[in-house]
Amino acid sequence: MSELQLVQILSPEGELLTDPEYPLEISTEEIRALYRDLVMVRRFDVEATALQRQGELGLWAQSLGQEAAQVGSGRALIPGDYAFPTYREHGVAWAKGVPPEKLLGMYRGINHGGWNPHDNDFHLYTLVIGSQTLHATGYAMGIQRDKSNNAVIAYFGDGATSQGDVNEAFTFASVYHAPVVFFCQNNQWAISQPIESQTKVALYKRAAGFGFPGVRVDGNDVLAVLAVTRVALARARAGEGPTLIEAFTYRMGAHTTSDDPSRYRLAQELEEWKLKDPIARVKSYLTRSGLANEDFFADIEKEAEAMASKLRGDIIDAEDPYVEAIFDHVYAEPHPILEAEKNAYINYLESFAEGDMK
Amino acid sequence: MITIGKAINMGLRRALTEDPKVLVMGEDVGKLGGVFRVTENLQSEFGEDRIIDTPLAESGILGTAIGLALRGYRPVCEIQFDGFVYPAFDQITSQLAKMHSRSLGTLKLPVVVRIPYGGGIGAVEHHSESNETYFAHTAGLRVVTCSNPNDAYWMIQQAIQSDDPVIFFEPKRRYWDKAEIDEAAPSLGLHETRTVQEGNDLTLISYGPTVRTAIEVAAVCAKEGRSVEVMDLRTLSPLDLAPVFESAQKTGRVVILHEAPTFLGLGAEIASQITEECFYSLDAPVLRVGGFNVPYPPARLEEHYLPDLDRTLDAIDRAFAF
Ligand SMILES: Cc1ncc(C[n+]2csc(CCOP(=O)(O)OP(=O)(O)O)c2C)c(N)n1
Ligand SMILES: [Mg+2]
Repeated sequence: MSELQLVQILSPEGELLTDPEYPLEISTEEIRALYRDLVMVRRFDVEATALQRQGELGLWAQSLGQEAAQVGSGRALIPGDYAFPTYREHGVAWAKGVPPEKLLGMYRGINHGGWNPHDNDFHLYTLVIGSQTLHATGYAMGIQRDKSNNAVIAYFGDGATSQGDVNEAFTFASVYHAPVVFFCQNNQWAISQPIESQTKVALYKRAAGFGFPGVRVDGNDVLAVLAVTRVALARARAGEGPTLIEAFTYRMGAHTTSDDPSRYRLAQELEEWKLKDPIARVKSYLTRSGLANEDFFADIEKEAEAMASKLRGDIIDAEDPYVEAIFDHVYAEPHPILEAEKNAYINYLESFAEGDMK
Repeated sequence: MITIGKAINMGLRRALTEDPKVLVMGEDVGKLGGVFRVTENLQSEFGEDRIIDTPLAESGILGTAIGLALRGYRPVCEIQFDGFVYPAFDQITSQLAKMHSRSLGTLKLPVVVRIPYGGGIGAVEHHSESNETYFAHTAGLRVVTCSNPNDAYWMIQQAIQSDDPVIFFEPKRRYWDKAEIDEAAPSLGLHETRTVQEGNDLTLISYGPTVRTAIEVAAVCAKEGRSVEVMDLRTLSPLDLAPVFESAQKTGRVVILHEAPTFLGLGAEIASQITEECFYSLDAPVLRVGGFNVPYPPARLEEHYLPDLDRTLDAIDRAFAF
């Protein structure tokens, strides 16, 4: 698929371009901060991957290569804007301020979520492909009725665009002008299936059929993603309804740590995408324009290392859940069957503790 | 020696070879061969027209499978994990299950839905559910599950040959269990319960992933001088309970073991039917061992959730205490 109409502000070589439709007002400090975000998010992901390899996590879904799409869109949000992630949006979680170690809980198998969504306006990860786009739309309908100045962003993958739920979310958001931004990270793959097996039309063009604008942005260009997402959020806030953003990017790692991409894709493809790395281009821009020196980069590396080693310590020390947790939060109100099952099971466990084994 | 996963692969290959109308469709079933490699190498052998990598949409998979079946094909759909069948629930329960009866028998829907199910693999949410009851509760569907390679090999072929829709549950934590298979002829029909080992004191009924648990339980009981008869249901809808009644009348004690939550699970139906048929032969109420009535817990708690050797022995003790 050709990269038609790709919004780009920072070329892969690190040249600053301008796009009249998406003017970006941004200070040097902000660009330096975005660079730091990208490095921290990648380091986080590398550490989590290592933790999985060492048996500390059961599974990990890498964000490697998608940092700009996630950080750029995440940083476009203002407080009170609510994000609905898939299972891969570690960079958005970072931008939203979710403590990194909390993202590891479900992958370690100690919980199914692990953070309070209200703390950071960042919903729990959703594993069922596409479901969260409808939740995002409904949340946006609530914001609309509250006459609040916030908006919602729904994340999903290229594969997810085939699901009925996603298409229903487009329809609902469109007919109600819901203040929601549909942020699709087209990372070219849904496990082993290439984008061509999901669609014959560029994804961003689908929006037109639903009656709202769609735009394709270079998903490895953090500045372009920031600019495009800001415009989409502004439209949503102004009551102009949804926008579909297709962030054109690449899943540089395996689908998850259980996956072996060598079975279905060529190594050459990864090599080509490495030339468009989201972090390298910001670094070369900052270096070439003299906006950052070696110390700046070295300090961030150091900070990232410290974050990674804290993460490692936090997760290895994380307590296993207590047994009653199986029963404790199934219902908001007391439930007789669960009460009985819980008591019976605890008694049963205690019978072992008393050495009462057969 | 062949694994359960490989046996299903071999069964599919044989069905594809013998009947050109058989198709395989699902997410990642082609080049990747499925996330459990059950469809490995089928696409290179039978081509992309017959081994179809579908868009990521379960309702789409089932809905188009129905259309293909109406046109004379025999689609075998793969649902990647148990917890991802629900987007297809409408197509399965309202459409697939009912079309034959709505058409007064004119339309045949020979669709197989393969679902890797159950826990015990340390997975994240939605990858460990035992949701067979939803389907067994729906008239118009046949529901079966295998517990060993030989059954896996034959039952998948029998399911494909059935003119009714069949939900085919695969015990994913047992995919790697190995045994010999007999490629000459099946030992049982698709809808027949098997007596795995005979015993006189108690009947232990199970299916799918917990059959192996049941066999281990029987071995422990044997050492304690209790002779346990182990039965593998194999067919969940329709149930084949005649051999179960016969066994219950012989032993007088019955325990049913499955991973699914016990509330309104298969065990409840079986217990009720045994009570009706064998009331005067029973020395104890029919007991159930199963999952708790909660969402499947995170991996680090699943050993508590899964009915294991000890919980089954505990139930057996209780059955003998009456
Ligand atoms: C309803 C549903 N079906 C199947 C799956 C299994 N599955 C997990 S991720 C995935 C591919 C998702 O691809 P995409 O939407 O492109 O997101 P990406 O993983 O590339 O970020 C599939 C098929 C699932 N999680 N949910
Ligand atoms: Mg993808």
